[in-house]
Amino acid sequence: MTTTTDPAAGAADTAAVRRAIAATARPPRPGPLSTALTFGWRGMLKVKHVPEQLLDVTVTPVMFLLMFTYLFGGAIAGSTSAYLDYTLPGLLVMSVLFTTVYSGVSLNTDLTKGVVDRFRSLPIWRPAPLLGSLLGDSVRYVVAGTVIIVVGIALGYRPEGGPLGAVAALALVVVFSFGLSWVFSVLGLLMRSPNAVMNAGFMGIFPLTFLSNVFVDPRTLPGPLEAFVEANPISVLATASRSLMAGQPDGVAILVSLAVAAALAAVFLPVTTRLYRSR
Amino acid sequence: MSTRTALAIEATGLTKSFGETQAVAGVDLVVPAGSIYGVLGPNGAGKTTTIRMLATLIRPDAGSARVLGHDVTTEADAVRGLVSLTGQLASVDEELTGRENLVLIGRLLGHRRAAARARADELLEAFGIAEAATRLVKHYSGGMRRRLDIAASIVVTPQLVFLDEPTTGLDPRSRNQVWEIARALVAEGTTILLCTQYLEEADQLADGIAVIDRGRVIAEGTPGQLKASVGSGRLHVRLLDPGRRAEAAGLFDRAVGAVTPAADPTVLTAACADAGRAAVGLAELARAGIGLADFSLDQPSLDEVFLALTGHLAADEPALQEQPS
Repeated sequence: MTTTTDPAAGAADTAAVRRAIAATARPPRPGPLSTALTFGWRGMLKVKHVPEQLLDVTVTPVMFLLMFTYLFGGAIAGSTSAYLDYTLPGLLVMSVLFTTVYSGVSLNTDLTKGVVDRFRSLPIWRPAPLLGSLLGDSVRYVVAGTVIIVVGIALGYRPEGGPLGAVAALALVVVFSFGLSWVFSVLGLLMRSPNAVMNAGFMGIFPLTFLSNVFVDPRTLPGPLEAFVEANPISVLATASRSLMAGQPDGVAILVSLAVAAALAAVFLPVTTRLYRSR
Repeated sequence: MSTRTALAIEATGLTKSFGETQAVAGVDLVVPAGSIYGVLGPNGAGKTTTIRMLATLIRPDAGSARVLGHDVTTEADAVRGLVSLTGQLASVDEELTGRENLVLIGRLLGHRRAAARARADELLEAFGIAEAATRLVKHYSGGMRRRLDIAASIVVTPQLVFLDEPTTGLDPRSRNQVWEIARALVAEGTTILLCTQYLEEADQLADGIAVIDRGRVIAEGTPGQLKASVGSGRLHVRLLDPGRRAEAAGLFDRAVGAVTPAADPTVLTAACADAGRAAVGLAELARAGIGLADFSLDQPSLDEVFLALTGHLAADEPALQEQPS
């Protein structure tokens, strides 16, 4: 197997090119769903070719998991295992939400390449590339979430709600991420470079995650900060995730989380498609 | 059966501005079906913006265009079904393999999985990319990437292909291959709108050319007509003795045509309408005893056509006047 062949080795065969262009009949147009699924397949292929990108998005949360549990766990919750019980469902939220930033980054990366021009010149359902990449992203979300849960279990975390509770929590967080990812898609369409999207995205999601109840119980915070943290949708999501993991679903938190996700999508999805069309 | 109209593109008064800058300032184009039509101009002339309007990627601010009989704004989807675009940046996905790119396009155009794969393999073979089919496109050479790009444009045979600067940055060998492919497409009845800043490329490929500068078409015609519009060919001589250049220039001015300044002191170039006058000029030099190392007579290149045409527009500096003698 030679990997470094002469780059000019291949050459077009003009007769074959003529045969190739002469011979085709146009197939019937695919439906919107099938088109979106094809773009989803494209997203999977990218993960397949560069599996390291999954590491990128899970390394930070795993690092936080280890650091907070062993460094601060004892101080915050009295023992590392007690803290792990508290923080793991929150870290699940953090891990998956961080991954949503990459949806915007990869959209922006696409836009800097010529391939989007081709997609936009095809006779296909217009939002298909966006919805399709979301399907691909959802795989990343699930992987990011699963890694955290698995590492947590390895460290001794045992969800009261059992596997079902863990899966339910993961599903809720992934659904929430669908809504949130449109915010980063808008950023991805507005910013000039993938790096700018990354920076802006984390500048928003990082403080929002820390100013939530993911790491600490807000009752220990000064009044105004406590009010902010309680109102932070990420706190609500973390509470919902915690309740599912514990096998005692908090209906209000779950509903509010879903409502926030729906609201984010309702606002930012139309903006995204509009921006995408006019790029 | 055929829905093909005699005109592939018919554009009038296309205009597009980005903020303060007017990228396209009223472009009219008439492109007959089944030909290669060249849009020639320097960087920033508005070529790409024009193509993007015709390929329905952006809407014109004013003016209208019909592509294969369909209006680009009101029937954009119908246009998309008949055309293919290879953009200035190669319009392929660098993070996928060559084969995956072609299967992806095939699937998006409605082929079933097996048909999309078969078509991808056929095209990879025809375009000489079969060996690199499973390599990521980001590791492709420029020429391979361009060939894949064009292959992606004909996964389903289009009636019109937009080629935006298809050979920019390619070595001569790869460039020739792209030219061969373009000729093959046209031989099978596809129309090509070719944007290029290379005069040689338009001369080699195009049946008709529109020269575009600062968002306007400043000249139109066949390569031959454009050359004729500049008027004359040129007689070049290389003198044995540069010291006699001024004398020779005087003879040429009278016997042949206006002498143009040249950087090389041994070279003398004069406008020359016909070969007979060139013979007279050379005879005059011989009679005066001015020895020649070399002489040639050529048609104006498209380069000169372009300079002559845009030179008029950009003529804010006076022509060189410090001629010796």
